Amino acid sequence: MKIKSQKDFWSGLMFVVVGLGFAWGATNYSFGSSARPGPGYFPLGLGLLMAILGAVVLFKALAVETEDGDPIGEWAFRPLLIIMASVGLFGFTLPLLGMALALPIMIVMCSLAGDEFHWKDALISVVVLTLGSWLIFIKGLSLVIPLWPKFITG
Amino acid sequence: MDLINNLMLGFGVAFTAQNLLYAFGGAVLGTLIGVLPGLGPVATIAMLLPSIYALDATPALIMLAGIYYGAQYGGSTTAILINVPGESSSVVTAIDGYAMARKGRAGAALAAAGLGSFFAGCVGTIIIAAFAPPLTELAFKFGPAEYFSLMVLGLIGAVVLASGSLVKAIAMILLGLLLGQINTDVISGVPRYSFDIPELTDGIGFVAIAMGIFGFGEIVTNLSKPAEHREVFTKDVKGLWPTAQDFKDAWPAVVRGTALGSILGVLPGGGALLASFAAYTLEKKSRGRKDEVPFGKGNIRGVAGPESANNAGAQTSFIPMLTLGIPPNAVMALMVGAMTIKGIQPGPQVMTSNPQLFWGLIASMWVGNAMLVILNLPLIGIWIKLLTVPYRFLFPAIVVFCAIGSYTLNNSSFDVYMTAGFTLVGYIFYKLGCEPAPLLLGFILGPMMEENLRRALLLSRGDWMTFASRPLSASLLVAAALMIVVVMLPSIKAKREEAFQEED
Repeated sequence: MKIKSQKDFWSGLMFVVVGLGFAWGATNYSFGSSARPGPGYFPLGLGLLMAILGAVVLFKALAVETEDGDPIGEWAFRPLLIIMASVGLFGFTLPLLGMALALPIMIVMCSLAGDEFHWKDALISVVVLTLGSWLIFIKGLSLVIPLWPKFITG
Repeated sequence: MDLINNLMLGFGVAFTAQNLLYAFGGAVLGTLIGVLPGLGPVATIAMLLPSIYALDATPALIMLAGIYYGAQYGGSTTAILINVPGESSSVVTAIDGYAMARKGRAGAALAAAGLGSFFAGCVGTIIIAAFAPPLTELAFKFGPAEYFSLMVLGLIGAVVLASGSLVKAIAMILLGLLLGQINTDVISGVPRYSFDIPELTDGIGFVAIAMGIFGFGEIVTNLSKPAEHREVFTKDVKGLWPTAQDFKDAWPAVVRGTALGSILGVLPGGGALLASFAAYTLEKKSRGRKDEVPFGKGNIRGVAGPESANNAGAQTSFIPMLTLGIPPNAVMALMVGAMTIKGIQPGPQVMTSNPQLFWGLIASMWVGNAMLVILNLPLIGIWIKLLTVPYRFLFPAIVVFCAIGSYTLNNSSFDVYMTAGFTLVGYIFYKLGCEPAPLLLGFILGPMMEENLRRALLLSRGDWMTFASRPLSASLLVAAALMIVVVMLPSIKAKREEAFQEED
């Protein structure tokens, strides 16, 4: 069988798998009855409904002709992974190193995600954004964010 | 008169120094993000949600509202000057607005857009003030069954008017509802889908979803496209004031656009985007004077109509959110979230329990609109300068704001990891052609919907017919079903696809 719309095929599959996953997970919770719906009642129904709609999308992807096959195209792994990694790392380093170090690390790292990278531009961003965040979030809004590394503040 | 008294109360609240300042701040920020392509109001409001912890509810919501309608203004500026609509709602403005700019009439186009929007904003404010109380009265008669049906209607309405595949959009709503199921069940106290992770028993923060999908997801999407070259018509912005003939041509379009936008804004999913498309079509169909410039070549009505309509729509889309607690679009969903953060349960009781907030917010919209005219017309030069900021400076700033924002929500790294995770989810949605806005609506409404469904079933002793036998509930469900059927009709389907084709 030929896939006639790549995008619809994979999204349909996603809806079916995730829907069934939620429905299967819902069986761990009491279903109750219609008169006394339990915690599993609503998610089971929703999950099955989503799986059915996913199947419809899947069927259309295999049956209905499209002009160019709706290709998904190249995945931009580079920006995706860099952005995710730099944000994830920030979550890890912020409590340990404080904003004064964690922010510059994240800014330099995520700047690498762009087409062009210049140290000068990245350093400008580091200075402006770190100072700006300190002014806005810590001084202005007085939010509780660690500023200095743990090994300095103790 | 009640209307006058209420508005007086509202203006009393709006005209305090603090609230004026936040309305101004919101309007400036909104214009800024409207001007900057690649940063939408949804991502911005999500980014700013943590900062509202430090504020009272009223100034916080006034600021967020300012961002929303400010973005509509800012988006039209870029549409006219560089043919890049900053917001999807100004896509049609670009057609005639850019043509006017190329003829050296950018000033007249900007003025028509600004003044038209201001007029629409004034009318929109009055409409909200007039229609909110009766709607609230009606909402108090709603039982759980009616609320459930209303939410079904709201969610369905939000997708039939959106672009793309209807089935996929409904599936995205369901995915949102399911993500909303990751929490501790209110009735039985059982944690669901938490995989023994304590942070998940409180549910996924909607800020993590909004920032991950709309903030970071958009950054990745933008970075994956080659940088585009922009041409700015800066030197030609002179002669800001339109001619008398321009006024004569534009004002009927402004009135029509405002009327159309006000009506469409109230509909779920309508809001600004649909309003501007419909207004452009209406202007094209209606007859102007004989020797006017043809549409597409710089007709001022093609700017004034859609711009008034999208602003009126942006205003009146507050009505379902304020009176029923049901968000008609993604921005309103975030406003509902903001209210919840501030401990206000959205719904019909807000008007009576927080009259200061309710009427203050409404009055501040008018104030904000007035500020926007002042901001946009004389200060246009500053906004134009901002257009030249390269994206390589812009996106690290967005990353920083989102990252800090997601951390400060609960002062925990867990939310930051979740946000990073939803970046991947958002990018997958983009790649697979699934629009994420319905997911956010479903996610916000999920817990409320479940509660009302289960309460309705409890009350009816498990009889599902309760949704069909109660007249109000039944008519809401019939309306939802009709919407789907109408959109599925072959003739309408073709028209709908055609309309969204123009958008691309």
